[in-house]
Amino acid sequence: MKVHVRIKRFNPEKDRRPYWADYEVPTDPFDRVLDVLHYIKWNLDGTLALRRSCAHGICGSDAMLINGRNRLACKVLVKDLGDRITVEPLRGLPVIKDLVVDMEPFFAKYRQVMPWLVNDEPPPARERLQSPEERARIDDTTKCILCAVCTTACPIFWGNGEFLGPAALVAAHRFIFDSRDRAAAERLAILAERSGAFKCRTVFNCTDACPQGIEITKAIQELKQAIVLSRA
Amino acid sequence: MPVHEYDAVIVGAGGAGLFAALELSHQRDLRVAVLSKLYPTRSHTGAAQGGIGAALGNEEEDHWEWHMFDTVKGGDYLVDQDAAEILAREAIETIYDLEHYGLPFDRTPDGRIAQRRFGGHTHHFGQGPVRRACHAADRTGHMILQTLYQQCLRNNVHFFNEFQVVDLLLEDGVAAGVVAWEILTGELHVFHSRAVMFATGGWGRIFKVSSNAHTLTGDGAAICWRRGIPLEDMEFYQFHPTGIYRLGILMSEAARGEGAILRNRYGERFMERYSPNLLDLAPRDIIARAMITEIREGRGIDGKDYLHLDFTHLPRQVLDEKLPEITSFARTYLGIDPATQPVPVQPTAHYAMGGIPTDVWGRVIRDEHNTPVPGLYAAGECACVSVHGANRLGTNSLVDILVFGRRAGRDMARYLKEAERVPVAHNPDSDAREELERLRNSTGGEKVGAIREELAACMMEWCGIFRNGADLQRMLDKLGELRDRYARITLDDRGWKFNQDLLEAWELGCLLDVAEATVRSALNRTESRGAHMREDYPKRDDAQWLKHTLLYRDGRFAYKPVTITRFQPQERKY
Repeated sequence: MKVHVRIKRFNPEKDRRPYWADYEVPTDPFDRVLDVLHYIKWNLDGTLALRRSCAHGICGSDAMLINGRNRLACKVLVKDLGDRITVEPLRGLPVIKDLVVDMEPFFAKYRQVMPWLVNDEPPPARERLQSPEERARIDDTTKCILCAVCTTACPIFWGNGEFLGPAALVAAHRFIFDSRDRAAAERLAILAERSGAFKCRTVFNCTDACPQGIEITKAIQELKQAIVLSRA
Repeated sequence: MPVHEYDAVIVGAGGAGLFAALELSHQRDLRVAVLSKLYPTRSHTGAAQGGIGAALGNEEEDHWEWHMFDTVKGGDYLVDQDAAEILAREAIETIYDLEHYGLPFDRTPDGRIAQRRFGGHTHHFGQGPVRRACHAADRTGHMILQTLYQQCLRNNVHFFNEFQVVDLLLEDGVAAGVVAWEILTGELHVFHSRAVMFATGGWGRIFKVSSNAHTLTGDGAAICWRRGIPLEDMEFYQFHPTGIYRLGILMSEAARGEGAILRNRYGERFMERYSPNLLDLAPRDIIARAMITEIREGRGIDGKDYLHLDFTHLPRQVLDEKLPEITSFARTYLGIDPATQPVPVQPTAHYAMGGIPTDVWGRVIRDEHNTPVPGLYAAGECACVSVHGANRLGTNSLVDILVFGRRAGRDMARYLKEAERVPVAHNPDSDAREELERLRNSTGGEKVGAIREELAACMMEWCGIFRNGADLQRMLDKLGELRDRYARITLDDRGWKFNQDLLEAWELGCLLDVAEATVRSALNRTESRGAHMREDYPKRDDAQWLKHTLLYRDGRFAYKPVTITRFQPQERKY
């Protein structure tokens, strides 16, 4: 089947402002949108810029706005979109070229929440013990692939670039509720600040958009509760 | 041209590169840079699914000697056994290290690291399957990548993201740095350092159907080859049995570890005929050949070129809890619920056993006498230690990147205590600049995508699971033709900023190089061993070929003996 693809293009070396470009692409219903973009790039216009790597939803490179929703181009199929596909760069991050946005602000927020296990007690000769129940507590938030789909779907983030955003909060959750970690208090203090967890207004855009199916809003609510309890 | 001064430069930010960087970060006086063509968390280590093998014995009796034996036998006795012993022993402490760094392994009821079965991993030297693969659901690689990256951030490792390394600087045979291209600006940078490590991963993209990321184009191996380093055992390339039909996306071996079964068009469990003992958990080379044999004899599904991976007898809970990722792949890409419908699969190009030759400390060697290149290191899939020999066992890629990434980091720290800074030549970036200018300005009308597509299709056909002399020669001739066309490409994008058109053109040059090394080595080895199956030489020939291939870019071969310590070569049966 033929699909009509509109892509928001911008080349900083040539264009003063972004513009829409249109392409007709022969596809199979089971093609990924990434396959469609590759077809354009390899057959119609080699100047198209987009990030991608694994092509099956694991590496988190190819997040973009597809038919008005944030998704991974390698995880949505043509058959689920119909014969008109519109592709734009993620919102809320500066556009570098075409579908490539500047990820540095996103990763800077990730680094702010101390996204690493802290436990400086001398480790045992073997593994630290953790029960299956304790492990299950963090299962959902360990799935995050840092694709930025959630943060750039969040209207609070669009309005306030200072907000840590859902992805950084998910990273904080993954460590705060890990039974082996010892830095929950420090992280909760960071999240309690003005641009932290309480900026979330439970819009659920993040949860709806997450390609890993993480219950992000729920995780953020758990963080808010933990902050309140830590003050009590 | 910006010049950066570092003590060590690590190229690649997957498991091997990050573990080496983490080891070096414990030495506070050393300046270490990690250069990645991607963002580190995009590295392909993250795609590893099922598990990492280590004889912890948490679920049942296990010993590192059994793991070592399985590794040696799995590699069809081409494995260097001193290296395999290190792999199996140090896997254990490496797993504990990772756990202490925060890796969220699945747990046994008593809180230990949970383990499951995987292909080719056995108890009592081949008696039957053993639970050895430590796992975090089927996201084990993802969790390894995240954990190592996180600890590197904690220790303030310097990352240069989206920097494509395009050349290695060797001064009088000593590593002196790299030339890297900043993708964002198009600018070339020189990284002047006392040690250089390549951890750039594999090159599955030389084949049409592959589990590998688009960015796995053999860059590190090609760069070293161009600078006079030989490549080792390039004829040994692994096809994973269960890639999703046409897409090549992996259905982890953990699927079969948890009980999934391969079936042909008659619903027959055909592995009973090929490996009566280990069945669907035989090593990958054996299963991949069995599948192609079934397909060739007309027993593919509907007579076509795929088979079924059947989960339908498994409880839904197993799919949801132990295999959630691959369950979701089947749903997303095929619209199939594996609990009720079998998944169409075919072998998919997966893993390079060969690569940049190193010793057991990750030091790159330049010849059959194991002469090291001072200051140059390699680890992970781009390297060949050799712990995988002629065929890698499932989970051992993760073990390899971690054990030898860590060792390379430790040895670099030792080396840097003594090593002097070697000055680099005037205009160290001139070769790289010339090559990129040539690609940018060439006007012959040929298209990069078309050449790459033809390369991958022909490699699949003539240098895939079954090989013969005539097909390999045909492939070598084809490579000559493709190289001619590559010299006449025309790019659409002549800009500087984020010019991926140019990037893909440069990557294609690497693909052509590693494909050529693969084909030449395959044509040269007139025997069948592990993943290298020659229809015209169907037997293993220890008298002639119990040795490693070293191939130089000028076409010259040299050979290295296989190190044999505990296990004498035997016929390989499962």
